[in-house]
Amino acid sequence: MNANLLELSGIHVSYGRAEVLHGISLSMKPGSIVTVIGANGAGKSTLLNAIMGIVPSSGTIVYDGKPVPRSVEGRVAAGLCLVPEKRELFATMSVEDNIELGGFLRNASERAETREEVYARFPRLAERRKQLAGTLSGGERQMLALGRALMSRPRLLLLDEPSLGLAPKIVIDILNIVSELRKTGVSILLVEQNARAALEIADEGYLVELGEVRLSGPASELSVNPALMESYLGTHS
Amino acid sequence: MIATFLIQDGVTNGAIYALLGLALVLLFSVTRVIFIPQGEFVAYGALTLALLDGGKVPATISLLVCFGAIAFLFDLWSMRRGTDARTFLRSLALNLVLPGVIYGITIMLAPLDLPSVAKALLTILIITPMGAYIYRIAYRPLADASVLVLLIASVGVHLAMMGLGLVFFGAEGLRAEPLADDNFSIGSLMVSAQSLCIYGATIAIIVGLYLFFERTLLGKALRATAVNRLGARLVGVRTHLTGVTAFTLAAAIGAVSGVLIGPITTIYYDTGFLIGLKGFVAAIIGGLASFPITAIAAIGVGLVEAFSSFFASSYKEVIVFGLIIPVLIWLSLSHGFHEEE
Ligand SMILES: Nc1ncnc2c1ncn2[C@@H]1O[C@H](COP(=O)(O)OP(=O)(O)OP(=O)(O)O)[C@@H](O)[C@H]1O
Ligand SMILES: [Mg+2]
Repeated sequence: MNANLLELSGIHVSYGRAEVLHGISLSMKPGSIVTVIGANGAGKSTLLNAIMGIVPSSGTIVYDGKPVPRSVEGRVAAGLCLVPEKRELFATMSVEDNIELGGFLRNASERAETREEVYARFPRLAERRKQLAGTLSGGERQMLALGRALMSRPRLLLLDEPSLGLAPKIVIDILNIVSELRKTGVSILLVEQNARAALEIADEGYLVELGEVRLSGPASELSVNPALMESYLGTHS
Repeated sequence: MIATFLIQDGVTNGAIYALLGLALVLLFSVTRVIFIPQGEFVAYGALTLALLDGGKVPATISLLVCFGAIAFLFDLWSMRRGTDARTFLRSLALNLVLPGVIYGITIMLAPLDLPSVAKALLTILIITPMGAYIYRIAYRPLADASVLVLLIASVGVHLAMMGLGLVFFGAEGLRAEPLADDNFSIGSLMVSAQSLCIYGATIAIIVGLYLFFERTLLGKALRATAVNRLGARLVGVRTHLTGVTAFTLAAAIGAVSGVLIGPITTIYYDTGFLIGLKGFVAAIIGGLASFPITAIAAIGVGLVEAFSSFFASSYKEVIVFGLIIPVLIWLSLSHGFHEEE
């Protein structure tokens, strides 16, 4: 069990007086895709934000066998990278500059190399290098958010609803890209509304309800779990 | 004839206000600090240059060493829960060794009869690190504070810097020697070499800033921070890094403005405030966001000031600061009633 890439235990997060995460524990192995599913307001985004360090939390976060660095920047340098729910792109800067900044902590040659990989993976971004990020379509924006994240050469990608607001076909494209990324050795913690699709590409799944883990286990088992099927997967498949 | 003279005067002052305005826009967009004391850098710069001209050791170097030492204490305090050797050594080098070296250089060079360009460069070297120390002392601890709290901090820094200016420079006004004292006549127009220096330096700084923001990764990181603070943190841009860079740049720009204005105006320890406010008028017209509008507005402020001091000299300041009112009305109408965070 020491080989876990990420190990959370007893994570509590409060906004002011209201506690929204009541002791979440979760672990993931290197090279795996773990998905966190749950209803709106369950605390999924809060969990990812806590792992990245943009909201304060109590409890322990062990990353790669050591306590995770304290600052957000330290966590980025250590190989964590979050694609947040709102993407937080640099709207008035070009696609190219957004991509470039994704590699802020990497040296020039690493940046050049990764940039080519990213443009190869997302040819659409390469075509629109000079366009301002704020003028991209929704799908292009998701690609840019993913591309910018990849520029930091992450070992653990935290994806908050990468398919949010996309047409069903593009959802499948994006999830395909996610499962391809795993083949390059990146581990992925995926928050998804689209539970069925997420469980299909994931190795492990966690169901979060009201700030607590309700169910967890191998994705293949969860996708046939009767309780889960009823409320999150829809009874008909 | 009078009109051309006034225009020239206005453009010359306007160029200085443009530098101030640009520094203010830079600081506000990157750090959300409304930096009232920007004018103090100008006064410090002008007074330092004037003292060097007189063959004296400028008191600014003691001030620099004090600022550095206080910044070091702040660093020590934040390192109290343990740190690594690199962070400690970097802090030691930046906060103690650097001002020490500048102190030594100044003591050695001040009595020599240096060429005026060398004195100007030495002045800029003395003032520039102050930006980093002031950020460390006053603003870094407030990184997550609201614009209002940061503004209150600015008032405090302004009062402190002005008070220190009085202690270190005294109440007497000083005027530096011009960087070059020839005059050229272009047709019927007499242009002083000093004005040409001012135009040249202003244009060089604007071009330099443009290249910095467009071409370098650090410059882009500053823009990114201005556009989306959280986004910038998520790609690993430290708030402290952009903050210290912005303040160092602002101090350098302030020092250059001081070196340029020192020879054309007598500067007192408290002159900086009024000059800074004029840069402010320009920055506000630029919405504290637009560099080009700020630069153009600054020239406008210089012109309005030159003409009003000729035609209605006792109302000069009122007219200049009155320029803000229509702009504020227009800004508040065009933004509707949305509160900004
Ligand atoms: N900044 C905040 N201040 C106060 N409460 C917050 C804040 N952010 C989130 N919350 C609350 O915390 C709870 C969990 O929110 P969170 O965004 O983590 O949910 P989620 O599972 O990601 O939901 P969704 O599926 O809708 O994205 C919600 O009740 C929300 O209202
Ligand atoms: Mg969410």
